[in-house]
Amino acid sequence: MDRMVPVPSNAIVPERDLGRPPILETHHLGIDFGGLTAVDELSLTVGRTEIAGLIGPNGAGKTTVFNLLTNVYQPTRGAIMLDGKSTAKKTTAQVNRMGIARTFQNIRLFSNMSVLDNVKVGLHNSIHQNLAASVTHLFGYKKSEKKSREEALELLSFFHMEDLANKRAGSLPYGAQRRLEIVRALATHPGIILLDEPAAGMNPSETAELMENIRKIRDTFQIAVMLIEHDMNLVMNICEGICVLDHGKVIAKGTPEEIKSNPVVIEAYLGKKKGADEECSE
Amino acid sequence: MTFISNLINGISLGSVYAIIALGYTMVYGIAKMLNFAHGDVIMVGAYISFCVTTYLGFSPFVSVVISMIVCTILGIVIERLAYKPLRKASSLAVLITAIGVSYFLQNAALLIWGSAPKTFTSIVPFGSIALFNGQLIITAESIVTVLACILIMIALTLFTRKSKMGKGMRAVSEDKAAAELMGINVNVSISVTFAIGSALAAIAGVLLCSAYPVLIPTTGSMPGIKAFTAAVFGGIGSIPGAMLGGVLLGIIEIFSKSYISTNLSDAIVFAVLIIVLLIKPTGLLGKKITEKV
Repeated sequence: MDRMVPVPSNAIVPERDLGRPPILETHHLGIDFGGLTAVDELSLTVGRTEIAGLIGPNGAGKTTVFNLLTNVYQPTRGAIMLDGKSTAKKTTAQVNRMGIARTFQNIRLFSNMSVLDNVKVGLHNSIHQNLAASVTHLFGYKKSEKKSREEALELLSFFHMEDLANKRAGSLPYGAQRRLEIVRALATHPGIILLDEPAAGMNPSETAELMENIRKIRDTFQIAVMLIEHDMNLVMNICEGICVLDHGKVIAKGTPEEIKSNPVVIEAYLGKKKGADEECSE
Repeated sequence: MTFISNLINGISLGSVYAIIALGYTMVYGIAKMLNFAHGDVIMVGAYISFCVTTYLGFSPFVSVVISMIVCTILGIVIERLAYKPLRKASSLAVLITAIGVSYFLQNAALLIWGSAPKTFTSIVPFGSIALFNGQLIITAESIVTVLACILIMIALTLFTRKSKMGKGMRAVSEDKAAAELMGINVNVSISVTFAIGSALAAIAGVLLCSAYPVLIPTTGSMPGIKAFTAAVFGGIGSIPGAMLGGVLLGIIEIFSKSYISTNLSDAIVFAVLIIVLLIKPTGLLGKKITEKV
């Protein structure tokens, strides 16, 4: 089936992003696996510097959405516009180059490579080094390697990780691996970064630090952040717009205050309350 | 003196195995497939070099360069036509295709060059070196082979560890999906791997036929199998492992030939492989595979 013609969606973006076209839009996005509809009718808009949240009970299709946005899965229906351009028929690598980067729920670093090399892989497309330079280590090899090293160290210093540069990525403690995954994603110079459960396995003080870091990423790089997270404290604290998924469908969209008090969301998370109907009609 | 002479011959033969094994191990590391047609690329490389020197009259050095170019193109074409359409197929389908490509190359060579053995002229223009009053004779081919092997090893290590493209290839070999999300074109990485492997196969073919000058369409199969064994022996997927496995295998083969039995030498080589794999299933330098829980 052909993709639908994109139509402007009426989703809310933060006021400061109103004058600029959104970084990410999806229009009636959906995917079927065999007979199972995993995601359906997903339309959302993320502003240029918005921190957006994607929440929902387990199995709601949140990671599937991330896989759709990065073209790991090809959508069955609908369209994705990244920075105003359709990502249809693009490969994952091409979509990344168009400005979307992500981290994974279960950390997927290149664990046998050094911390620095992990970041350098992220810089792959912004550092130019031709094949001749790669093979002979001449023809501008030194210059390009120096540039990529400097840029990688600068990114690492953002998370105070420059001292770990020569360690093997797989040997880092858990929290540092999570941070490195974010640095590696940032190295691809994205317009939007997708974080899949960034606070999973973190203690409250690490989570508090992560919240600061996410804000810092947005402020420093002036990019959008979209995160999947089960830690409601984190989501409600830093997200400006939240989209709630259940069984692959959007059940609510809005600011944290609107989501907190939305009876449909409470029902999806906690099950139907006795007398919920009366509350709804109020 | 016989011992030293055997050792040198072993290292020299092992160096050829090592160069071939690099092709197996790199392709396995990146594309997670066993390219059984690799041995036959060696044979094609040797035939090209033979034709360029014999029929076109170019110098041996030019013939090696032309042979490398032809094999590089051949490697990329094989990957594009035979393996790329099977990127998502089961590994068994890819394996059988690889065997098919192997037979295709052998029979194509049979059609083009016929079944009569060709006598390969060594590309090394120097004679042997006699030491200790002629008690120890080292052939120039051995020296060139070992030097070529060392040079290739250094160049390849620098390439994969220090260059942008090499890092991209290592990233693909560790986690293809994550590498794609870093904007790395996996198809390009795989093509470059096949190109490097096939260029090395051309060098190996020329060196092998310089030392053992009989060239027939199946010349590449046995060294191909041995080199595959060497790659597994050293730990498949590991570049230093391929090197170590190749050299050890060469030494074991020559020593069994001279001290035990010529007929049994191949059996001994493969028996050693089985023993190593029983004790250390990942091979000598193979990495432990960590399963995600």
